[in-house]
Amino acid sequence: MLYSEKVMDHFQNPRNLGKMEDADGIGEVGNAKCGDIMKMYIKVENDIITDVSFNTFGCGSAIASSSMATEMIKGKPISEALELTNKAVAEALDGLPAHKMHCSVLAEEAVRTAVKDYYEKNTL
Amino acid sequence: MQIYADNAATTKIAKPVIDAMAACMEEVYGNPSSLHSEGQRAAEVLAGAREITARSLGAEPKEIIFTSGGSEADNQAIRSAALWGKKQGKIHLISTAFEHHAVLHTLEQLEREGFTVTLLPVYEDGIVRAEDVRRALREDTALVSVMFANNEIGTLQPIKEIGAVCREAGVIFHTDAVQAAGHVKIDVREMNIDMLSLSAHKFYGPKGVGALYVRKGIPLFSLIEGGAQERGKRAGTENVPGIVGMAKALSLAAEKLEENGAYEVKLRDALIEGLSGISHARLNGDRERRLPGNVNFCFEGIEGESLLLLLDAKGIEASSGSACTSGSLDPSHVLLAIGLPHEVAHGSLRLTLSPENTMEEVEYMVKEITGVVEYLRGMSPVWEDLEKGARKHVI
Ligand SMILES: Cc1ncc(COP(=O)(O)O)c(C=O)c1O
Ligand SMILES: [Zn+2]
Repeated sequence: MLYSEKVMDHFQNPRNLGKMEDADGIGEVGNAKCGDIMKMYIKVENDIITDVSFNTFGCGSAIASSSMATEMIKGKPISEALELTNKAVAEALDGLPAHKMHCSVLAEEAVRTAVKDYYEKNTL
Repeated sequence: MQIYADNAATTKIAKPVIDAMAACMEEVYGNPSSLHSEGQRAAEVLAGAREITARSLGAEPKEIIFTSGGSEADNQAIRSAALWGKKQGKIHLISTAFEHHAVLHTLEQLEREGFTVTLLPVYEDGIVRAEDVRRALREDTALVSVMFANNEIGTLQPIKEIGAVCREAGVIFHTDAVQAAGHVKIDVREMNIDMLSLSAHKFYGPKGVGALYVRKGIPLFSLIEGGAQERGKRAGTENVPGIVGMAKALSLAAEKLEENGAYEVKLRDALIEGLSGISHARLNGDRERRLPGNVNFCFEGIEGESLLLLLDAKGIEASSGSACTSGSLDPSHVLLAIGLPHEVAHGSLRLTLSPENTMEEVEYMVKEITGVVEYLRGMSPVWEDLEKGARKHVI
């Protein structure tokens, strides 16, 4: 099996899937040319990420990493969410094949980009 | 439902082939190079298999070299023609942009060794033009290598015409017929072929055995040095059971070539018809000039690996040319060669059929693929952009 059971579970039953209409921050990373795009939506109250969702174009590990990343930051303070690393996402998924690690980097970047978008929208 | 639709990757070995191999292993254990009776029995079995292999191509037995498969046959044909060319000061090699890596990587290596390589375009239809071959020929061209049928999009090449161009110019013509042998009619004489590679596991034979046809009079050098097997052109004690299995598979294929082809075409066309019902989907490769069992589609807005995994969960075994299935960051060079943009090439699906597939399976595949494509599009930010016009549809 290429993927761990955990990866397959998150891939086949993604958590927090779908667009969020009233998001406070949106982060889109990756590009279609390379084969993976992740779009993350966050809702923030008092510096806490109260809700999060995602849409992803990509392979099994890209979708599973997106799903896992949303679970790992949901309900967490922004400061903690910013500390999320792709390594932590991959570990939480019981590992990814070496040539698939780059797909999990996107999850980390998507979180940061969504937070950055939230700050930009809220410093005006 | 469990459906195997990845016959271009490999095929399920046929029962009569297993029986022939088992009988060979039990009864013919001698070394064909040994002088005693046990060895000579093996030599006879080997000669019989060579005869069958040759006949299936319209060749003579002494024009057949047994190899470990398609990759080795391709490597030997190309390296050998290059070496022969170099001896006469010819260092130019012509091939195409969508060959199998067994050909392309060998050519890249020869380029590093000082050869010049021209890769011909294959156009949107995935078909090489004989006229392009003629134009690319130079005084110092040592070899033209064009595959008989492409392994991803299944397109059949004008081999006879290309062969005629090469024959007229006196240039060696090799064709990688790994996907074609046992599936479509091949006659090396009529088609002006000097060298041809084939591999048993693509036509219901065993893995790890293949053959290289080399026309009488064309020089051949060995890749593997050692004993005098295969007339000194390929050392190593012959894989007798494997070779016997390949010959059996070729005989079975020849018996039913037309019948199986017509049946696969019927399934293929129904599958193409059904999948064409999906919006922003497109068939890759020429609609008519393609292998009987090959269907290759691109679906905009989705990625191939996730498509494959979800289909596998529904019992459908297929393949894709997406980057994430190749282990590199680029999608299949074949899909790029026919002009697909990267983002579309990532969403490819190849279904390759065999006579064991049924119309019922085709209907199931159309239904499930349609559903999975819709589901993946529903979660795809790329599809969202396409739908709202932020990104332009290409297909
Ligand atoms: C067109 C083509 N050439 C060469 C090969 C390599 O053959 P083999 O797996 O027998 O080495 C393949 C199979 O993957 C193929 O499809
Ligand atoms: Zn990926």
